[in-house]
Amino acid sequence: MDYFQIVMVTLEATIRLSVPLILAALAGLYSERSGIFDIGLEGKMLAAAFAGGAAAAVYGSAIIGLTAAIVVSVALAMVHAFASITQRGNQIVSGVAINFIALGSTVILGQAWFRQGGRTPQLNEDSRFQAITLPFAETLADVPVLGPIYANLISGHFLLTYFAFAMVPITWWVLYRTRFGLRLRAVGENPGAVDTAGISVTKMRYLGVLCCGILCGFAGAYLSMAVAAGFVKGMTAGKGFIALAALIFAKWKPVNVMLACLLFGFLDALAILLQGQQLPVVGEVPVQFMQALPYVLTVILLAGFIGKAIPPKAGGKPYVKER
Amino acid sequence: MSVPYAKLPLWVEYGLIPLINLVVAFLVAGLVVLIVGESPIKAATLLVQGAFGYGEGLGFTLYYATNFIFTGLAVAVAFHCGLFNIGGEGQAYIGGLGVAFACLALDGIFPWFLTFPVAVLAAAMFGAAWAFIPGYLQAKRGSHVVITTIMFNFIASSLMVYMLVEVVKPLGSMAPQTRTFLEGGQLPRLDWLLSIFGLDIGGAPFNLSFILALVAAFLVWLLIWRTRLGYEIRTMGASPTAARYAGIKEARIIIITMLISGALAGMMALNPIMGDQHRLQLDFVTGAGFVGIAVALMGRSHPVGIIPAAILFGMLYQGGAEIAFEMPQISRDMITIIQGLVILFAGALEHMFRPAITTFFATLGGAGKQSEATAAGE
Repeated sequence: MDYFQIVMVTLEATIRLSVPLILAALAGLYSERSGIFDIGLEGKMLAAAFAGGAAAAVYGSAIIGLTAAIVVSVALAMVHAFASITQRGNQIVSGVAINFIALGSTVILGQAWFRQGGRTPQLNEDSRFQAITLPFAETLADVPVLGPIYANLISGHFLLTYFAFAMVPITWWVLYRTRFGLRLRAVGENPGAVDTAGISVTKMRYLGVLCCGILCGFAGAYLSMAVAAGFVKGMTAGKGFIALAALIFAKWKPVNVMLACLLFGFLDALAILLQGQQLPVVGEVPVQFMQALPYVLTVILLAGFIGKAIPPKAGGKPYVKER
Repeated sequence: MSVPYAKLPLWVEYGLIPLINLVVAFLVAGLVVLIVGESPIKAATLLVQGAFGYGEGLGFTLYYATNFIFTGLAVAVAFHCGLFNIGGEGQAYIGGLGVAFACLALDGIFPWFLTFPVAVLAAAMFGAAWAFIPGYLQAKRGSHVVITTIMFNFIASSLMVYMLVEVVKPLGSMAPQTRTFLEGGQLPRLDWLLSIFGLDIGGAPFNLSFILALVAAFLVWLLIWRTRLGYEIRTMGASPTAARYAGIKEARIIIITMLISGALAGMMALNPIMGDQHRLQLDFVTGAGFVGIAVALMGRSHPVGIIPAAILFGMLYQGGAEIAFEMPQISRDMITIIQGLVILFAGALEHMFRPAITTFFATLGGAGKQSEATAAGE
């Protein structure tokens, strides 16, 4: 394989691997910008992947699967919202709880309903998302350099992939150019001021968590209905936490989120590429080192060695109206 | 956090409310059993019988409980300082490396009772070392300990796979594990303790580390409620501002608390490694670090609460295995759901039933209390 092809394959894998991260990290962004910490991204994504895989297998439709994924993810998000906004509970504790409930129930229900050891039945062509070939991809594929880039990197992805990348500018626009976005950011920084202006803190935070639930639903559906044809137990495999790391790495900013997710996706793709390869100077890089790298980078960032990650000021604190 | 609620009698505060939260968690779990198409009552009977009905079952229950006492104490100590250590899983995993090094070096030279103290020390030191970096970063750089400990769990997992596959695996062996320890690296089982009660331990790996766990629980109580350091830790947890005004060194207390918490989590590794498998294997922690969160929340971060909570989760682990035998629909993953529900209801939603209970007691004892208050001259 020549170098150009290796680069192309790696970049294609980067895009494929970073899509669930982008969706989940943007989900976390809406919630955390509103002042509700969410370490339950992993659980919501997993539950959505299961619901999507199960519904698509039973009803034979990708749209029904996607809907089910979103509904389940939003339901879990609402539990988190109820616990941390209405009941003013500890947001971290609630997130941990949701991760466990999702982890256990996807296996128990999957085994009870389908009896395939926690898997959902293999999805056929109609009930999962198909790769979309953009116009002229075939004809332009022979053009040197640009042709393969268009045909492989830009064309030939799932609808959800384009959706994920479209959500980045949309989120930016919503956050910085709409009234909703201004209020969302304000409620995460200084809920008292928002309350004084006559806007309900509770409502804004619920909306933030709702957006989080919807996007986690998409992320889960991508895993079980686009890249894979069905749910496998524990299939998120820590992606929710990588997304959380990416969100922090991106300092809670939408465009940075995309870049951080692409970086972490690229590290993942590189780990697959480098497995068992001898490199000049350093020799063989242990695959475990590559797997741990996103977490190590995030810790280094958090330590303040690469800029400083400052979370939304009111994040994690329940809002109590003054009496 | 500081929500003003009317004062309730102690037995309601520490008995009734946790109990109600727990019951609700189990009722929801029962619903899941119903959805799966089995009888919750039959499942509960099987659970209790499997966990306590015979000697071997009880041995396994207490063996699992030992793990959870250590990890529960680890989470609880951090809670008292207002820190949330989610990294128990990783700290215990790295603690296993300490146990393995001690046993591999000494098992051929010393009898177990000389290896044991060294292994305890090594486990505690390795666990504490893994908690030190998040603690230091929280204290000095302000990075949130929750996030860093999550990251450190994943880093620990990668590191341990690397260590087991590339470093400590014996030459020529395929399985990613150390060699089996000789007798000097194996803890004696506590079969005599159960035989006092006329029970036969069977093949259960119930071992000496249970006693160590009880000692640790006592020492944690001593530390938190009877020492100056414990007082400073609790002050930090209750109000960092007050602690600062009182001249308590914030960074020092945070780091020390995380070291103690990590050491306790690391010591959990003694039980499976030295007490049961007699070798270091991949993923020997099997979620015990996370169960510690549920145990600490349920036990209200007090050793007296943590021990029964740990035994309850030991029961779930052992009894859960028995249920899976009889009802193949209900596998070990049911425990994960229950764990999540307990964390949800005893942790995040702990105040959900409080207003109703407060109202109930206010109307119940309204007249009586008022006369008491007058008599006491309040």
